[in-house]
Amino acid sequence: MALLTKKDAGLILDPLADNNPITIQVLGICSALAITAELEASIVMSIAVVFVLGVGNVVISLMRNIIPSKIRIIVQLIVVATLVIIVDQVLKAYAYQLSKTLGAFVGLIITNCIIMGRFEAFALANGPWKSFLDGIGNALGYGVILIIVGFFRELLGSGTLLGYPVFGDPIMKTGLYATGYENNGFMIIPPAALIVVGIIIWVQRSRNPVLVEEN
Amino acid sequence: MLEHIELFFKSIFIDNMVFAVFLGMCSYLAVSKKVATAVGLGAAVIFVLAVTVPLNWLLDKYLLQDGALVWLGEEYADYNLGFLSFILFIATIATMVQLVEIIVEKFSPSLYNSLGIFLPLIAVNCAILGGSLFMQAREIATLGLALNYGVSSGIGWFLAILAIAAIREKIRYSNVPAPLRGLGITFIITGLMGIGFQSFGGMLTGGDDAPAPVEDTTAEVLEKVEAPVLEEGEIKKEELEENEVSYNDLTQK
Repeated sequence: MALLTKKDAGLILDPLADNNPITIQVLGICSALAITAELEASIVMSIAVVFVLGVGNVVISLMRNIIPSKIRIIVQLIVVATLVIIVDQVLKAYAYQLSKTLGAFVGLIITNCIIMGRFEAFALANGPWKSFLDGIGNALGYGVILIIVGFFRELLGSGTLLGYPVFGDPIMKTGLYATGYENNGFMIIPPAALIVVGIIIWVQRSRNPVLVEEN
Repeated sequence: MLEHIELFFKSIFIDNMVFAVFLGMCSYLAVSKKVATAVGLGAAVIFVLAVTVPLNWLLDKYLLQDGALVWLGEEYADYNLGFLSFILFIATIATMVQLVEIIVEKFSPSLYNSLGIFLPLIAVNCAILGGSLFMQAREIATLGLALNYGVSSGIGWFLAILAIAAIREKIRYSNVPAPLRGLGITFIITGLMGIGFQSFGGMLTGGDDAPAPVEDTTAEVLEKVEAPVLEEGEIKKEELEENEVSYNDLTQK
């Protein structure tokens, strides 16, 4: 198939693991961690970023020859802001409760460093199709981390996944709770997200020693 | 006056930009290797926040809020331009950052060089836009309070990056497990510092009300998922402490 050469596939697959935007490139941590207390919010946030980064990369790539380099940051911000407004309005219309939960963090997609980083590093120098793949790949790499963190925080913190009780009922003491298990309230508070990401980085770098940094 | 003081301490310690809501993490992680650069960036963030939050407050009040256009005339009273806030806020911020860049380049070229790419990146520092968005979400009432909020959130961010830079300068001499070096250990330290900062949450409740976990958007998430058992325990503990305090007061008098 001509559409996806090996190199193109690399554009999507690399950011998922060895060039992950969060754990390796240190981008986009800002708006990510605070909303991972629930798996559902993490998933919606990931979808929103996939949309914004995929479309945004294509738009910037199409305009790359006509943007004067002096004002490119402002042009990029306007493109992202427009896309984020679309996401925000769609969320408000179809998932109002969720958009309340995400709160100001939908708006903060604008300042998500992954998006600006990919515009600067890739879309300004490559064609639309490659930029699209690169955008989707990086956004998925971001989403993977978000979903892993959301999964562990919701499971260990409140014993549910997507709102369904997995371990039984904590009040009626059924299921696992009958054996004396308690929810770990620590996982709900914001700092736990940082520690979970720290552990993910630890695991990833133990498996692949090439990634280990100097102190 | 009291509300100013309360907002000041609350934004620095309890709702700390870095430890409570994770804003500005990218530059926080990237520029915190040396104390000197951290101080420079921190100062720039305080300045940009102090200017953009009040400016955006004015925009919000006179352009964006539901019915804000009423000063143009009665027929504009039911316009709601709220959906434009992202674009207007980010435009203000981008302009101000450009201004700061010019000023810093003129007056302190050495600082300008050491900050490098991160100075223009203040524009995409989530803490800056976050400051304006939280200002809007929390419905901060007056221009003075908005200025206060901008400055004090900036100071909170400054404190956080200063602390982590100092720790990272020292940790170079420690024997950190190889896979954790650099980014990993910084994340975990930040998490631990965040836990420390959570304890400031008791500072302003005074013990009268049941302690609200964290008062921002994360609070909504918290309330939903927190097990009721845990909450009950917390209230009891708080009540106990209060009783103890009042008992001590009585005996002293």
